[in-house]
Amino acid sequence: MIELDKIRNFSIVAHIDHGKSTLADRLIQSTNTVADRDMKAQLLDSMDIERERGITIKANTVRIDYKADDGNTYVLNLIDTPGHVDFAYEVSRSMRAVEGSLLVVDSTQGVEAQTLANVYQAIEADHEIVPVLNKIDLPATDCERVAEQIEDVIGIDASNALRVSAKSGIGIKETLEAIVHRLPAPKGDRDAALQAMLVDSWYDSYLGVVVLVRIMHGVLKKNDRIKMMSNGTVHQVERIGVFRPQMEKVDELGPGEIGFITASIKQVRDTRVGDTITHEKKGSTIALPGFKPSQPVVFCGLFPVDSAEFEDLRDAIEKLALNDASFSFEMETSAALGFGFRCGFLGLLHLEVIRDRIEREYNIELITTAPSVIYHIYMRSGEMIELHNPADMPDLSKVDHLEEPRIKATIMVPDDYLGDVLKLCQDRRGMQMDLTYAGSRAMAVYDLPLNEVVFDFYDRLKSVTKGYASFDYQMMGYREDSLVKMSILVNDEPVDALSTMVHRDRAEMRGRAMCEKLKDLIPRHMFKIPIQAAIGGKVIARETLAALRKDVTAKCYGGDASRKRKLLDKQKAGKKKMRQFGKVDIPQEAFISALKMDN
Amino acid sequence: MAEDWKQGGFGLYIHWPFCEAKCPYCDFNSHVSKNIDQKQWLKSYISELDRTAALTQGRVLNSIFFGGGTPSLMAPETVKAILDKVQTLWPQANDMEITLEANPSSVEAGRFKGFHQAGVNRVSMGIQALNDDDLRRLGRIHTVQDAMTAFDIARHEFDRVSFDLIYARQDQTLDQWQSELRQALSMAIDHLSLYQLTIEQGTAFGDRYNRGRLRGLPSDDTAADMYLATQDICAEFDMPAYEVSNHAKIGSESRHNLIYWRYGDYIGIGPGAHGRLTLDGQRHATESHLQPNVWLDAVRNGTGDSSVVPVDPVDQGAEYLLMGMRINQGISLSRYAAITGQHIGTSVLSELQDLGMIVVDQDNLKTTLQGRSILNAILDKLLLDQ
Ligand SMILES: Nc1nc2c(ncn2[C@@H]2O[C@H](COP(=O)(O)OP(=O)(O)O)[C@@H](O)[C@H]2O)c(=O)[nH]1
Ligand SMILES: C[S@@+](CC[C@H](N)C(=O)[O-])C[C@H]1O[C@@H](n2cnc3c(N)ncnc32)[C@H](O)[C@@H]1O
Ligand code: SF4
Repeated sequence: MIELDKIRNFSIVAHIDHGKSTLADRLIQSTNTVADRDMKAQLLDSMDIERERGITIKANTVRIDYKADDGNTYVLNLIDTPGHVDFAYEVSRSMRAVEGSLLVVDSTQGVEAQTLANVYQAIEADHEIVPVLNKIDLPATDCERVAEQIEDVIGIDASNALRVSAKSGIGIKETLEAIVHRLPAPKGDRDAALQAMLVDSWYDSYLGVVVLVRIMHGVLKKNDRIKMMSNGTVHQVERIGVFRPQMEKVDELGPGEIGFITASIKQVRDTRVGDTITHEKKGSTIALPGFKPSQPVVFCGLFPVDSAEFEDLRDAIEKLALNDASFSFEMETSAALGFGFRCGFLGLLHLEVIRDRIEREYNIELITTAPSVIYHIYMRSGEMIELHNPADMPDLSKVDHLEEPRIKATIMVPDDYLGDVLKLCQDRRGMQMDLTYAGSRAMAVYDLPLNEVVFDFYDRLKSVTKGYASFDYQMMGYREDSLVKMSILVNDEPVDALSTMVHRDRAEMRGRAMCEKLKDLIPRHMFKIPIQAAIGGKVIARETLAALRKDVTAKCYGGDASRKRKLLDKQKAGKKKMRQFGKVDIPQEAFISALKMDN
Repeated sequence: MAEDWKQGGFGLYIHWPFCEAKCPYCDFNSHVSKNIDQKQWLKSYISELDRTAALTQGRVLNSIFFGGGTPSLMAPETVKAILDKVQTLWPQANDMEITLEANPSSVEAGRFKGFHQAGVNRVSMGIQALNDDDLRRLGRIHTVQDAMTAFDIARHEFDRVSFDLIYARQDQTLDQWQSELRQALSMAIDHLSLYQLTIEQGTAFGDRYNRGRLRGLPSDDTAADMYLATQDICAEFDMPAYEVSNHAKIGSESRHNLIYWRYGDYIGIGPGAHGRLTLDGQRHATESHLQPNVWLDAVRNGTGDSSVVPVDPVDQGAEYLLMGMRINQGISLSRYAAITGQHIGTSVLSELQDLGMIVVDQDNLKTTLQGRSILNAILDKLLLDQ
């Protein structure tokens, strides 16, 4: 049993490349949690895709034993958090599982922004925050300026900021001491009924589903029969342990502790982040606050480029879904694309991550169709239909009206960028609900249509604020609006995979933007290609892609005919990434890129 | 089609892999080296000639081509010894063409007489541009004045002289190119090669291009305009195009290159050289070791070839099309069918014909001018959409 006052739980908040992983490695190393030779550089962030995109998708955690200067040994639990708004909910749960955060800032760069979203989450979770100025070994380090900036931009005291070089190991000891002395110990009642928060879960091929938990009250032991409060399912705990970072068995987990359990849970889908776990008998009746079953909000079609790979795709999607409760799918057929799946995601990044994993881990090339939200269509007959795919839009004469999902978006931004943010929200049909200031930071709350947001709102927000804005949203329900289905015709043929729902007032602008985009995305052909946007039978925008005028290899390499044959093979491979619509080849990336708006 | 090659002829290509300096756009197999033992190279070429002659005994040789790199850096004695040897190995056509590629520097011009005496009867000079700024940007080490002097010597020495220009260069306008081309045509003898600058991966230009640092390249549309203007102006000077980038007075076409384009047989000797050889009725693709030293060692051990592979009928057909569609004459549909055992689909042909890209006249298939400007797309259709 570990005394509450000997436990410290924390997360590290940092912008990409500011040194979060390096610092975590150092903390682990300097406490001999892993033998040096076992140390794989950067133990936390492990998946390839995460590494490449500089994000962490699945929470990861490690327990460190630290003998402090006061002579006591403390248990430090570090939880790693995802860093994107699509996973804002997951982040908020991780944040609730710990009491403090290290805010790591590269002292040669300064506060760099996307982090702000996570810092705000940490503030929201009442964390004690310890600023860490990293990379002080570099000549360009400027701790004074960066500390001042932290105070200005984030509004927390940085006078006691730690000065660290994670790379050279400077200030590591001080960081550990600060974790012990500046972060609060967790609270909890050992004798109360069990309340454990499900922080994360994933599938492990040996152990089955592994569940990461934070014990709030009570004690969890091996063989306990536990109940998931959201759905009442009961399981028996088989293994219980902690991460160091490799798994290590323990006898029990008590209040304030973070660890894992396995309990013959078949699918990750059966576990819900934020859920409360208690005992089957004499359990708690009160669920922890804030639980939200995750629901896909963005839908799109995934089709194999090579239609022979449909079954492989099914297999891949099923496997991924087992591990990801927030991802849904059902079969779909498209006139132009054949068989595929309509899939639901938490947001666009989530979509891209899943798509990349299918392409990379399962080696299936995909065509992704225009993302959409769920519309409610009220028919004249009184029936209500959920529309997941604009291509399925029923005949207008039978439709009474349409409703679309709206969100409440909360955006925090340094006031220098406020004007741009308000304009962006306005352009996306937003209605302002609130605007307040805290220091030089503004908080704007907007009621926005989800379909204006799912696609590229976050990217645009980042770009107009140079990344200095945070963004969080909640679903607010449905509201009627004047929405129409816009079709795209390429060479006079409708391409169903490019159909989108748009607001009538914005249709023309969107149509023009899409036609212009497609004109750039579709390679020139031997003939000119009209690209049109239409509502019903009425063309609202039109572009013409000029015919190809020059594509010939200028020089002939001696007698190297095979070189040219290889070139042709390359062309052939390139062509596989295209899909034919009538006589026109459309590259797969066009389906998503055409929708990105530049304003 | 066991002896299909006979419809294209038989040639010998000899690759000299060295240059004075590497040009930033060039991805030919060329190396800069200070110590080249010409004797050793000669020995190796002779050994390869012996080896390949044994495979092709009795065939009549239509042409020889010294390509590079910069073969004008070869000692005239080396060239002579090679040509003397060739005389003893193959019967030769009466009008045999023997071309040598030359860079237009004074050093090399000094050797022209020696090359002529050795038996070379045609030179192809890499003049590349007619203004010094552009020559510098192309990384060339000669000036326009050097080129003119070398060209005069060449003209004096040889009846047949061709030169190369590279256009669609950085910051070149259509007008500038048109006047440069007229100037070139006014000095041209009987043949001109006019290549649009191609950015090749793995070259200095390629790297710069990838980093977004190669500025001022003409747009595809401008390049297309330049290409069309080139056709018009050359025709005006009686130097019509007979291939995508090659122009000649009627009858002065490069016979050697026509062997490639008519898909004949050719021996390739020297580092990185390619050949197509029909042996026992089967066409083979040969390729020599790329690295000069590796090639020398390999020759010492018996053969400079790194690979000799049979080309299957479908690939032969593709090669015939890839090469043959480059020339004005185009290809023979029945020859294609005889090589591959398949016909080109009539629907593709009529689609391309309707678009005005090709002309089908009984057995003959060729591109229109419009079609030739987008030959890759056409080949793509002909070969992929079957
Ligand atoms: N010079 C210096 N480089 C550092 C320091 N900490 C991290 N780095 C380097 O910064 C880069 C990003 O660090 P990493 O820990 O991967 O950042 P993360 O993306 O926040 O996890 C890596 O190349 C590290 O080696 C430091 O204290 N000094
Ligand atoms: C292999 S070079 C041999 C001639 C000789 N070494 C010279 O450069 O003068 C043959 C010709 O190809 C052309 N060439 C080489 N690289 C090229 C490129 N990247 N784009 C266009 N033409 C190129 C040049 O005109 C050159 O004269
Ligand atoms: S262009 Fe000619 S001179 Fe320049 S490197 Fe290539 S082969 Fe050598």
